Amino acid sequence: MEKTINLKLKVWRQDGPKAKGRFETYEVKDISTDSSFLEMMDVLNEQLIQEGKEPIAFDHDCREGICGMCSMYINGHPHGPDEDVTTCQLHMRKFKDGETVTVEPWRSAGFPIIKDLMVNRNAFDQIIAAGGYVSVSTGGVPDANAIPISKEDADEAMDAASCIGCGACVAACKNGSAMLFVSAKVSQLALLPQGKVERARRAKRMVAKMDELGFGNCTNTGACEVECPKGVSITNIARMNREYLMAKFKD
Amino acid sequence: MTKIDSKIPEGPLAQKWTNYKNNQKLVNPANKRRLDIIVVGTGLAGASAAASLAEMGFKVKSFTIQDSPRRAHSIAAQGGINAAKNYPNDGDSVYRLFYDTIKGGDYRSREGNVYRLAEVSNNIIDQCVAQGVPFAREYGGYLANRSFGGAQVSRTFYARGQTGQQLLLGAYQALMHQVNEKNIELHTRTELVEIVIIDGKARGIITRNLITGKLERHFGHAVVIASGGYGNTFFLSTNAMGSNGSAAWKAYQNGAYFANPAFVQIHPTCIPVHGEFQSKLTLMSESLRNDGRIWVPKKKEDAEAIRKGKLKPTDIAEEDRDYYLERRYPAFGNLVPRDVASRAAKERCDAGYGVGATGLAVYLDFKDAIDRLGKDVIEARYGNLFQMYEKIVDENPYETPMMIYPAIHYTMGGLWVDYELQTSIPGLFAIGEANFSDHGANRLGASALMQGLADGYFVLPYTIQNYLADDIRTPRMSTDMPEFEEKEKKVKEKFEKLLSINGKYSVDHIHKELGHIMWDFVGMARNKEGLQKALDEIMKIKKEFWANVRIPGKADGINLELEKASRLADFIEIGELMARDALNREESSGGHFREEYQTEEGEALRRDDEFAYVACWEYKGEDKTPVLHKEELKFEYVELKTRNYK
Ligand code: FES
Repeated sequence: MEKTINLKLKVWRQDGPKAKGRFETYEVKDISTDSSFLEMMDVLNEQLIQEGKEPIAFDHDCREGICGMCSMYINGHPHGPDEDVTTCQLHMRKFKDGETVTVEPWRSAGFPIIKDLMVNRNAFDQIIAAGGYVSVSTGGVPDANAIPISKEDADEAMDAASCIGCGACVAACKNGSAMLFVSAKVSQLALLPQGKVERARRAKRMVAKMDELGFGNCTNTGACEVECPKGVSITNIARMNREYLMAKFKD
Repeated sequence: MTKIDSKIPEGPLAQKWTNYKNNQKLVNPANKRRLDIIVVGTGLAGASAAASLAEMGFKVKSFTIQDSPRRAHSIAAQGGINAAKNYPNDGDSVYRLFYDTIKGGDYRSREGNVYRLAEVSNNIIDQCVAQGVPFAREYGGYLANRSFGGAQVSRTFYARGQTGQQLLLGAYQALMHQVNEKNIELHTRTELVEIVIIDGKARGIITRNLITGKLERHFGHAVVIASGGYGNTFFLSTNAMGSNGSAAWKAYQNGAYFANPAFVQIHPTCIPVHGEFQSKLTLMSESLRNDGRIWVPKKKEDAEAIRKGKLKPTDIAEEDRDYYLERRYPAFGNLVPRDVASRAAKERCDAGYGVGATGLAVYLDFKDAIDRLGKDVIEARYGNLFQMYEKIVDENPYETPMMIYPAIHYTMGGLWVDYELQTSIPGLFAIGEANFSDHGANRLGASALMQGLADGYFVLPYTIQNYLADDIRTPRMSTDMPEFEEKEKKVKEKFEKLLSINGKYSVDHIHKELGHIMWDFVGMARNKEGLQKALDEIMKIKKEFWANVRIPGKADGINLELEKASRLADFIEIGELMARDALNREESSGGHFREEYQTEEGEALRRDDEFAYVACWEYKGEDKTPVLHKEELKFEYVELKTRNYK
């Protein structure tokens, strides 16, 4: 049954990439525990607009946990306290009446802040552009059933492919490493025959790009896997390291 | 009246596309490099088109409002993609997919277009597999298929419950590959705000940089609109928060016809509305209807007790449950097309049998499937959907039935295009959900992904050449031309006006009002009186908006409220055109149900002799009544029948 709660919110406000940020404190009342975290933020923004203030800028789109756009660091966790969810799927029933909730943007060298809770995750696109694909043009490909692929490989590739590119892994990592994101794509394509041809080149290029863009090193803390809303596994990182070594070995 | 030329090629149905390709004009490689193509939107249609055109050698400029092309709302499609591969050997064929699509669309689409769609469907699967899309497979290593609403064969390919995501990532990766090759110039967080027409041809766009607020000008020899549908007119829908109809609406305001705006799809299996602050609705894939059985209590008192929280669904004995779809449609049962399933749910709820706290919900029950197949099998098929449901509703669907209710999901209407996917403005093309072309009055499940990718990978890259072949001598134009200047000025003034209102209500507040009117009068069941009322009410909302909207902040820099306001200004006008079109169409067809036109059993009553046409609306200026043109639909290969899923 529907319940309502009151909350105090400490929200990071920052006018622009270069501006100095600060926490602002707000109060929201009568929030239905059935509503989502972002719906609660909508209520707060509506309040701010009514007061003639600028609403809090945050990224979001699908609000069903698949586009990877929403990105809030809530009470010290990317996407907040619940497991296996994105911020948009986090529901207010996970919070207690009267609680103080701290909301921050992703903080990482690879993701500069744009405004308030919005960050720039362009680096992920650049890493994909460097090699996260099979180089095939439209048309002229064989029948889809020409190459059988074992169900295990297809399933494992799908597990890796379920990454939504939100960047929670980077935000969770004390080194700001993007290894989980990169390894998920490297793994998916290395597991499938269509991707095997370019696997060495792909691993090298994607890793080089990642290093170039200011992401930190992986020291196997495993924080990324814990915070990943889609449960992408760090075994992908191990696989990528093998791919990478093999590629270097061939050189 | 202007004659509407759909440019369907000559020849027998199965030969039309081949004939077209054999006779169309092509652009040679050296000339391709000299031609710029603007593609607006990076969903399935936009990304696949941009990538394919760039691979061919054209210079592509690609635009998206999101921070990355990978976020487009195509990503949220769950269930699958149809193709006529007939891998399961259950009698499928290109003709059958064509026939099902025409019939599912309630005979309001073009035979020629739909046949081509069915024809290229198989290439899409081949292409996606080659890209490394991890489709579901059987133990033998071959591709798995499942069935979907409105079909009697298993022709749907899927990647768990994330098919849209995987297909979009495939297209996105192809696009990023071309960005890396410098064949695509990618503009993220950039929104189209005007279209530039020079000498009657689309030659560019004006955009707003959503970070700096700067207005920017871009030239293209041709412009492709791939910006999706306008379902968010209703405020609450399954569309992403940013999905909007503005790019298509700018095309309309510049003279492109808008076709069948009233044809909107209401999806039967969404999570019911919970409260006033709800921002969007979540879809539960239709594939669930393969194994879930839909029911409400047979007795009103049981339904009432459930609503009050005194009874649980599991307390209702088998004989006291009304599996109303199985009862009414024994041949298709729970797999009837979306419009039929949606209306049946509304009918039961209106009659007082609805469940959930609001009474606006029905059950989707997996108990029988779990007993028959085991929990593991159900988990393997729908695990992520069940998890999503539990996160939102806080109930475990393995133990208690899901609650579902229809919600706005997809718009079949859109920019009118001919066989070449060209709008009525030369050089302006529309693909994917943004056009009206293939789904008629109702879209079948797993066909949106098919159409988006068909347009983007396999149709537009051919047809656009037929247009560009005559343009090879046209040099790139300067964006200092007066036509660019003028459009930019117009946009600037509009934004200034919006910011100067400084009224009482937030954008969302007014948008919700619009949504209520749309849902009540232009929703699942419509009638003349209601539609006239809707037109009046929408006019009032329009006035209210322009007098009383409050947008904090400035035009430069990030201003999310300004973005939303400029989209809402268009949604209000789109809503008006939808109501007008629904009023004009005095029949029931597919997703458009006019209460005055139904059979004694409450089924939709089509009126083919009067309404077998595409309604093409032409803009006549601000606050002027648009003009209706009719494109007659000719059926040479299928016989018009009353849809029967009994
Ligand atoms: S808004 Fe799309 S994942 Fe949260």
